[in-house]
Amino acid sequence: MAKPPFNPYLPEIATIFETVQETHNIKTFRVRLDDADKMAAFAFQPGQVGQLSVFGVGESTFVINSPPTRMDHLQFSVMRAGEVTTKLHGLFAGDKIGVRAPLGNWFPYEDMRGKNILFIGGGIGMAPLRTLLLFMLDNRGDYGDITLLYGARTPDDMAFKAELPGWLSNPAMSAVLTVDREAPGWEHRVGLIPNVLLELNPSPANTVAITCGPPIMIKFTLEALKKLAFSDEQILTTLEKRMKCGVGICGRCNIGSSYVCVDGPVYSYARLKALPNEL
Amino acid sequence: MAQEKFLPIQNLQEWLGALSREHRVLVPVEEGGGVVFRPFEAGSRPVLSMDATTSPKSAVFPSSHDLFRFEQTKDPKDPERVSLTLAPDIPRTPTVVFGGRPCGARGVMIFDRVYLGGRFPDPYYQAARENTLFVTLACESPGNTCFCHWVGGGPDDPSGSDVLMTAVEGGYVLQSVSERGTALLDGDGPLLSSDETTTKEAAAARARARASLGPATDLGPAQESLLALFDDRKFWEEVSEKCINCGACTYLCPTCYCFTITDEACGLSGKRVRSWDTCMSFQFTLEASGHNPRPGKANRLKNRVGHKFSYYPARYGGLLACCGCGRCIRKCPASVDIREIVIGAIERAGDNVREASNG
Repeated sequence: MAKPPFNPYLPEIATIFETVQETHNIKTFRVRLDDADKMAAFAFQPGQVGQLSVFGVGESTFVINSPPTRMDHLQFSVMRAGEVTTKLHGLFAGDKIGVRAPLGNWFPYEDMRGKNILFIGGGIGMAPLRTLLLFMLDNRGDYGDITLLYGARTPDDMAFKAELPGWLSNPAMSAVLTVDREAPGWEHRVGLIPNVLLELNPSPANTVAITCGPPIMIKFTLEALKKLAFSDEQILTTLEKRMKCGVGICGRCNIGSSYVCVDGPVYSYARLKALPNEL
Repeated sequence: MAQEKFLPIQNLQEWLGALSREHRVLVPVEEGGGVVFRPFEAGSRPVLSMDATTSPKSAVFPSSHDLFRFEQTKDPKDPERVSLTLAPDIPRTPTVVFGGRPCGARGVMIFDRVYLGGRFPDPYYQAARENTLFVTLACESPGNTCFCHWVGGGPDDPSGSDVLMTAVEGGYVLQSVSERGTALLDGDGPLLSSDETTTKEAAAARARARASLGPATDLGPAQESLLALFDDRKFWEEVSEKCINCGACTYLCPTCYCFTITDEACGLSGKRVRSWDTCMSFQFTLEASGHNPRPGKANRLKNRVGHKFSYYPARYGGLLACCGCGRCIRKCPASVDIREIVIGAIERAGDNVREASNG
């Protein structure tokens, strides 16, 4: 009998083998597909997303935040917000979930070769940046200076805490951390991300800025980048929308004629500005 | 090779009966105060004098169907160990949709671009589509809410159909449109050969229907106009004022293809279900954070109209995602008329341009 056509709605079954409680509402899951051949053949690009299923509850979209250069497992970090994410937070090593991935577009990392890279992440928005940051560190020779500005409301709200000391001390990159308000024991910057960004005063020359975070942070970060004379083409961001199918059919994640699930989630500010104003 | 046959009116039941031996034959019948497509059975009385209330899209895109079943089983020796299996269900029921109108069949052509033309063709739709034939009745006298000829269709538009029927004295002339339609008309029995008279009569009937249409309004400029008016809150608030966001328009529309996916579980097992959804609902785009990019009915109506007359044509070579059947106009409880909105948008955008140039 002929092989049935690929079914984009049918998840692969995966097993969680490790979880990390990052913050009070962010939990990281490290998973492997149960089908060892499919896991070995799994290929994706930095920035692509996946739909995670809790069977009986539903699916939600998350970026694959481990890089394609480290294929031992796939990592997803989930902020508890709705029904599916609440159920996901109740899962631990050994539990099974469904994975539909990779979906969507990716960071144009090939066009970014030879350029300085400026990552600006806020809260859970660090997840897609982590993928590209680690990918670039694993291909360090391809890129110029790599700078990370990562902020969260409070020190406790910082995800990827276990990795922060390594990023701060890594000679291959420079990292700046900030929180909104002073907190006991906090030894890094204090201030909102856009303000700290202006203080850092990075040069736009031969630089690409990639920013991801809550909408209000993105809004003011874009303003700050414009003040710093970054052009619209030099700024990348990722968008979130409610999604169901993930393959451009079900019809809800569009901004005008652009479907975030297939034409995104990665957009340059130039592309974003050409779309109708409906974020 | 195209095939043409004559079906005498008194042979209609016999032909439908013959088709239903090998197909699920969906025919328009009266039910609950409307006309809906139901499987033919002996004694079914197909309503061919008017277009059906519902659209024929449900034949290839059921209002609700299972994507797959999931079953989780606990290991009796170690209840911590759970095995999980997924079983997709892709029906391949040979189906004939009989007695729809060209506008409804055109809707299927609009579905095809989305469901079959992307990177991942939809296997459920593809299986249904490959197993479904549309035997469509050309319109004799388009109604006052019909505007198929504004959107690229017409009372005898063959798009999406496999066989096109034209009513003539004493029966119907059946002309195949697709190869599968030709095969369906093979053989004799209730189908007689057509002759020069019936062929001419059918052509004349179709020409009369086309001639009865009013002048077509050019909706081409809508693609740009709707984008230009995107931020014109006043316009969208005015045109959506009457709308009660019931979604009847989207459920009846032959081209509305949006869906939602939900899980239904009982204990450890259950199914993942795909169902029609409506962009007129607040929940359609509501995000878990509470943010909603289309929070008001003006935003939502703008998306419905924009999708059909601007976003879809932008993606699919200018093809409009509206078949002009008028169902949304006839069945809207608040008398929202999509024609008025599109024409209004074209005029308003034109006015804005003129005002700007007069400075």
